[in-house]
Amino acid sequence: MLNNFRTHKRVVLRRIREIAIERFFQVNGLFAVIVLLGIFSLLLIEGLPALQSLGFREFFINKIWDPTSFERESYGLLSMIVSTLMVTFGAMVIAVPLGILSAAYIADIAHPRTREIIKPVIEILAGIPSVVIGFLGIIVVGPLLAKVTGHSNGLNAINGSILLAVMSLPTIISISEDAIVAVPQEFKNASLALGANRWQTLVRVTIPAAMSGIVASVMLGMGRAIGETMTVLMACGNAPAMPGSFFDSVRTMTATIAIELGETVQGDIHYKSLFVIGFVLFLMTFIVNLVADVVLEKYQRVQR
Amino acid sequence: MKRIITVVIISLIAVMNISAQDFIQIKGSDTLINLVQRLSEVYMEENPNVAIAVTGGGSGVGIAALIANRIQIADASRAMKEKEKIAAEKNGVEPYEIVVGIDGLSVIVNADNGVESLTVDQIGRIFRGEITNWKEVGGKDQAISLYGRQANSGTFAFFQEFVLMKKDYSSKMKRMNGNAQIVEGVLADKAGIGYVGIGYVFGDDSKVRKGLRVLKVAKDAGSTPVMPLVAENVKSGKYPIARALYQYVNGIPSGAVKDFIVFELGPKGQKIVEEMSFYPVSGEYLKQNKKAGF
Repeated sequence: MLNNFRTHKRVVLRRIREIAIERFFQVNGLFAVIVLLGIFSLLLIEGLPALQSLGFREFFINKIWDPTSFERESYGLLSMIVSTLMVTFGAMVIAVPLGILSAAYIADIAHPRTREIIKPVIEILAGIPSVVIGFLGIIVVGPLLAKVTGHSNGLNAINGSILLAVMSLPTIISISEDAIVAVPQEFKNASLALGANRWQTLVRVTIPAAMSGIVASVMLGMGRAIGETMTVLMACGNAPAMPGSFFDSVRTMTATIAIELGETVQGDIHYKSLFVIGFVLFLMTFIVNLVADVVLEKYQRVQR
Repeated sequence: MKRIITVVIISLIAVMNISAQDFIQIKGSDTLINLVQRLSEVYMEENPNVAIAVTGGGSGVGIAALIANRIQIADASRAMKEKEKIAAEKNGVEPYEIVVGIDGLSVIVNADNGVESLTVDQIGRIFRGEITNWKEVGGKDQAISLYGRQANSGTFAFFQEFVLMKKDYSSKMKRMNGNAQIVEGVLADKAGIGYVGIGYVFGDDSKVRKGLRVLKVAKDAGSTPVMPLVAENVKSGKYPIARALYQYVNGIPSGAVKDFIVFELGPKGQKIVEEMSFYPVSGEYLKQNKKAGF
C-alpha cells in the first residue's frame, strides 16, 4: 500500500516536471514572437502620428527628405528607398554568383585539406566589424573606384554594393555549402552512373537539389545587406538626391535613421517620421523573408 | 585577521574617495571635441579630484542631451535655436551661454584646384547647387563635388544660415560624418570643396595639410578676399565667416563646472585654444562672457 502510494507520487512529480519543462520551452519559443510584435507595434505607434499629420503623399510621392530645411521641411522617402534597393541589388549581383560558386567549390571540388583552411577564413571574414569595412570603403575602395571609373571620387552606390557584398558573402557561402554537402551521395552516384561528368553532376544535380538551402542563404545575405548601417553611412557619401546611376552618392534608410535620431527632440514630428522610415524598412525585410519562405516551401514540395 | 580588516577599511576609503569625485559630462560639437578634450586633460592633471568625459555627436546632439538633462555641458559650434530654447524651458532646463573660442570657418579645396578665393555669395551658390562647374568661378572645366556635414552638425547649420542665406543645401552634397572626413574627402577629390573648423586643416607639423588649400573669402564682389589662417583677419572681423564656439550649461554654473569654465576662459585655457589652432575669445564675445559672470 505504502509502496504503491510512493510510486504514484513519483509519477505525479514526473508529470509536473514534464509539464514545467514543456512550458519553459514554449515561453522561450514565444519570446521571439513577442519581441517581434513589440517592435512592430512600437514602430507603428510612434510612426502613425507623423503619417496622419503629414499625409501619405508627403512621405511616398514627395522625393525630397529635408526635415531641417529653412525653406520647406519635407519628408519624402522615395529617394532613400531607391538608394537602399540599389545598394542591396548591386551587392546581390556581386555576392550571389561569387557565393554560390565558392560554396560549390568548397563543398564539392576542393581537397579536404584546402577546405579545412578556407572555411575558417570565411568565418573570420564574417566577424569583421562593419565600421572597419566602412573605413576600408573610404580609404581603399573609394579612391580605387575613382581611378577606375574616372569620377572625381568613389563615395557612391557601387562602393556600398561592393562592401555589402563582402559582408554578405560569409552568410551565403557557409549556408549554401552546408546545403550542398547535405545532398545525398546517391543523387551524385546515380548521375555519375548515367554517364554525366563531374561538372554536369554539380550543375544539373547537386546544386538544384540544394536549391532550397541556397535560396535561404541568399535571402539571409540580402537581409543583412538591407539592414546594414555603418558601412553604407561611411562609404556612400549620403547625398539625399534621387540617385540617377550607381556612380551617384546615395543615402540609405538605415543611414538616415542613424544620422538623425540623436539630434531630434523626442516626440517631435521629425522624430516620429524617423519611425516611419523604420517601419518601411521593417516591412521590406519582412517581405524578403516571406518570399524566401514561400519559395522554400514550394521547392521542398516539388522535391518530394 | 587585523591585516584583512585594515585592507578592507583602506579600500573602502578609496572607493568612497572615488565616489566623492566631481564628474562632468560634456557632449556635442565635432568641431570642438579635440579642443575640449585637450582642455579637460590639462584641467584634470591640475585637479585630480575632477573627472571629465568628453564625447562628440554634433552640436544638435549635445544640445538635445542638455535639454534632456543628461549632461552638464553641451559643446556647440552654433547658437541654440529658438525651438531648442522652448524645448529646454519645457523640460525645466535653463541654458546658459558661454563663448570659449573663435573659429575662422575654413572653406577648403584640393590643392590641384586653380581657384584661390571666392566671395561668400559664390560659395553660397556653389553649395546651393546653382554653380555646378569650377569654370564658372575661374577654375578648370570640371564638375564641382560638394562635401558638407549632416543635419546634426552645428557647422552645417551655421553655414546654411550665414553662407547659404537660409536656403537649402544642394541635395547632391555628400553628407560626411565629421570635419576629419570632409578633409579626407577633399584631399582625395580633385574637384572637391568642403568647409571645416580651422583646427582641422592642419597636419601634425602644424602646417596646412599637403594637398589641401584653404580659400581666401571675400565679403562681397567689391571687397578684398581674406585668409582665415591669419589670426588678425579673424580677430578683427575682416574674415566674413568667423563664428563663436559655444558651451551651454544648465543654469548659472557652480562647483566643478564653474571652475572648469573659469579655467577654459583664463590665460591657460585660452592658450590651449590657440595651440589647437582656434582663436581666443575677443571683442564682443569677451563682453558677453563678462555679462554672464566670467
